[in-house]
Amino acid sequence: MSNEAATATTAAEAAPAPEPIPHGLGASLPAADAGAKTEGTFPYAADLWAEGLLWAAVLRSPHPHARITSIDTSHAREMPGVRAVVTHEDVPGNPVCGRGKADRPVFASEVVRHHGEPIAAVAADHPDTARLAAAAVIVEYEVLDPVTDPEQAFEAQPLHPDGNLIRHIPLRHGDPDAVGEIVVEGLYRIGRQDPAPIGAEAGLAVPRPDGGVELYLASTDPHTDRDRAAACYGLEPERVKVVVTGVPGATADREDQGFQLPLGLLALKTGCPVKLTATREESFLGHTHRHPTLLRYRHHADAEGRLVKVEAQILLDAGAYADTSSDALAAAVAFACGPYVVPNAFIEGWAVRTNNPPSGHVRGEGAMQVCAAYEAQMDKLAKKLGVDPAELRLRNAMATGDVLPTGQTVTCPAPVAELLQAVRDYPLPPLPKDTPEDEWLLPGGPEGAGEPGAVRRGVGYGLGMVHMLGAEGADEVSTATVKVHDGVATVLCAAVETGQGFTTLARQIVQETLGIDEVHVAPVDTDQPPAGAGCRGRHTWVSGGAVERAAKMVRTQLLQPLAHKFGMSTELLQITDGKITSYDGVLSTTVTEALDGKELWATAQCRPHPTEPLDESGQGDAFVGMSFCAIRAVVDVDIELGSVRVVELALAQDVGRVLNPAQLEARLEAGVTQGVGVALTENLRSARGVIRHPDLTGYALPTALDAPDIRIVKLVEERDVVAPFGAKAVSAVPVVTSPAAIASAVRAATGRPVNRLPIRPQAAVVTGQ
Amino acid sequence: MTLPTTLDEAVAALTAMPAAVPVAGGTDLMAAVNSGQLRPAALVGLGRISEIRGWQYQDGHALLGAGLTHARMGRPDFAALIPALAAAARAAGPPQIRNAGTLGGNIASASPTGDALPVLAALEATLIIAGPGGARREIPVSHLLAGMEMLRAGELIGYVRVPLLHAPQVFLKATGRTGPGRAMASVAVVLDPARRGVRCAVGAIAPMPLRPLEAEHWVAQLIDWDNNRTIVPEALHAFGEYVAAACIPDPAPAEDGSVQQHPPAVLHLRRTVAALARRALGRALS
Repeated sequence: MSNEAATATTAAEAAPAPEPIPHGLGASLPAADAGAKTEGTFPYAADLWAEGLLWAAVLRSPHPHARITSIDTSHAREMPGVRAVVTHEDVPGNPVCGRGKADRPVFASEVVRHHGEPIAAVAADHPDTARLAAAAVIVEYEVLDPVTDPEQAFEAQPLHPDGNLIRHIPLRHGDPDAVGEIVVEGLYRIGRQDPAPIGAEAGLAVPRPDGGVELYLASTDPHTDRDRAAACYGLEPERVKVVVTGVPGATADREDQGFQLPLGLLALKTGCPVKLTATREESFLGHTHRHPTLLRYRHHADAEGRLVKVEAQILLDAGAYADTSSDALAAAVAFACGPYVVPNAFIEGWAVRTNNPPSGHVRGEGAMQVCAAYEAQMDKLAKKLGVDPAELRLRNAMATGDVLPTGQTVTCPAPVAELLQAVRDYPLPPLPKDTPEDEWLLPGGPEGAGEPGAVRRGVGYGLGMVHMLGAEGADEVSTATVKVHDGVATVLCAAVETGQGFTTLARQIVQETLGIDEVHVAPVDTDQPPAGAGCRGRHTWVSGGAVERAAKMVRTQLLQPLAHKFGMSTELLQITDGKITSYDGVLSTTVTEALDGKELWATAQCRPHPTEPLDESGQGDAFVGMSFCAIRAVVDVDIELGSVRVVELALAQDVGRVLNPAQLEARLEAGVTQGVGVALTENLRSARGVIRHPDLTGYALPTALDAPDIRIVKLVEERDVVAPFGAKAVSAVPVVTSPAAIASAVRAATGRPVNRLPIRPQAAVVTGQ
Repeated sequence: MTLPTTLDEAVAALTAMPAAVPVAGGTDLMAAVNSGQLRPAALVGLGRISEIRGWQYQDGHALLGAGLTHARMGRPDFAALIPALAAAARAAGPPQIRNAGTLGGNIASASPTGDALPVLAALEATLIIAGPGGARREIPVSHLLAGMEMLRAGELIGYVRVPLLHAPQVFLKATGRTGPGRAMASVAVVLDPARRGVRCAVGAIAPMPLRPLEAEHWVAQLIDWDNNRTIVPEALHAFGEYVAAACIPDPAPAEDGSVQQHPPAVLHLRRTVAALARRALGRALS
């Protein structure tokens, strides 16, 4: 300890002028756990330990569609070291559960509907014993023909008692007979992205003396996970507690209930703590993926290129279970035309059940798939009209006050044209002709086969939009508590830090409101009031708003006695750097003195204005807010090999207000890079419903070499008046937009249609030269 | 886990424990162990055997230790000796893999996408196998990769004997991405000016590297060996097509005489092989 202190002092002395530690809103406050995370000392769920713990393993179906004729667990039970085996017969409570819609069995009993569906789970005293025992459970299947083509799902035998159609939205907006002078059509296919969290799923369940159970999980939505677990165990929600551990990456609903629920069951059955760490293969099989999508579009425009009508059919492959497919479909249909003014729109959207791997929430769901398609249509339209693609987009760009095809008026800032102009006017990256040829980074990478003579450069544009917070009447609410004692503030809020930076933001909000620099954010568990799922920017908005309100209430409590004493209102008092001063300088005291040993607590809620479900013709004010982004992509394509290198992505985004510049930049870069994966390499392939290569060698995530130069050209800070701080969610919209921009650039480089993501090399080859 | 310090000690350890598995860099083996696919009864670590971690010269050949890492082979001194093997080593995965993975491991795991394999096939390298009792035998690398000869119990790959050709060599690999990745196809081209020969091998498209021998002989005659090894561009182009057609032949006509087309993915692979072979020979001759 003293050593560390000594080193710190020397370091401080050596520095010429110690930088003041940034604090408050708008400052680049570093994350409190950044050091531990980079050094590898931060504890994640996989690091958990409890005395006398058992290890769990889950038996998963090797078939995508089969009838189970018998399950024999006797051999597994007899193995030395095995403590419990559970199947569907051991679920005391609700046998079906599910995010969004409860249609998924905890364990398959009669039918398996996807490759990797859980059938049984084992607890044993060693992980290897548990795996061997799971393999020793004898399941007899009658293998059925899988339905893997979503177009076949409509006609196929029902795969589930609920039927194969999960949701259908026939959106009708405007005049169906309107026609344009120019018509372009296209058919587009989007692959299956896996969220591929850097840390695979892991968890620990500890039985409680009262017959309940505690689940230690990297959950992003602890209260929902708790309620689901309690229903499955047949317990009151109060007797199940979810404690959130470190979350190793979450760009989706990261947790897989297929291991969460068995963990608790095994702990309840054995009376011992039970731990499970999923292998990468189980992780790929278990959690939900981005919806593979098939889209058919017809755009009508007038001779000047103004859009007259958009007709589209959108088919989402939901996989075996509904999950949150309904939300994804709503986003896909509502944003099917993109951030463009479209007077007449007729969009049919379906989410259907198949025997493919399950789909669910991955950030930008629905909006990402349609963005790739409508931007391809805009490129086609520009080509047909002979207009510059950026110019055509500008002519149609949406602004505040325009109407979405759902009939909702865009009331938030929508500086779409400004964003596009910013990226268009940004200088293009130079060709590498001034550097020695052996230093060029060509498509194919260093030591690759790239040849300068075969490389073509292309520039393309993408405009994207997403909605923020839950849609269609979802109750978006969060509760936060702020406590001040001894000059230190503590935030208690069940908003999970998933890497989005909520804990840093909460500290900044309290610093800003209370003038106290030392702020701690308490760990999350379900004993706290719910804060909802960490997705669609909701914690910045809803939980951040709740923290601000609670901090303001504490501020009033703190200042009220002083204000009363001096006969002025609390608004005339100011707190900076732990000192309280009045507007006229008469009063000057410190926060610690004003507290006088007291402990101040306040709890507040934030609930944005309500939304409404889309009606039977897809109309309704379904979204709380929207955010927009423009990206210009520059790519190099080796037109003989079809290899693509994204050289640069220039991005301009509508952020409302910058709350933490460093964190914002990191989020944008991460989002853009996830989009590079969608565009070029990330596709979890399946053959007749069976996942091929469920590993990170076969599933190629972008590496540092694949990530382009990312230029944040402009951040439009037009405050959204309904959002706390005026800030918008930033992470999802770059994911939505960058694949479309990259595809557009490859189109420009090769002249090929590029109607499929990820872009396969053969789609970027120019033959017949 | 035993850690012998000489090749013969390692062979003795393997002979004493037939269930033991030898491990050098462990880049393939340990991944299988960690994912639970393999539980070796014992390991014989080869990392301390200094005699196989370098190379020596032997009558016009280089005798490469099987324990040479990719990182070591990628360095300029090695590249001056066997340029194609150095290029393959530099292309073999990210730095962490190159620092650990070895030449012998690449041969022993014999993955179709092993980057060193087409180079060794083109160089017509031979393997010196160490066996029990100090025995040594020599087999061509292609015989091992084709399964014509196998390693026997207790045997280890000790050295790789590679001819020193003192001429340009090229290794090219198509991965479909910019970052490190497994080869979709790879091509090694080495020139043998003394015999006025061109040797080429195509990797990753079949379980073992393929040698388009006819294309090699044909193109060697078109090179003006006395005049700066010049060749007409049309010949380069035709060489690429020749190699690709040899490695991915047209489907045989059906009984009714109709000829089936390859699926688009195969046609793309064939185009890729053609482009790689043309580029590789072009660079070797330029």
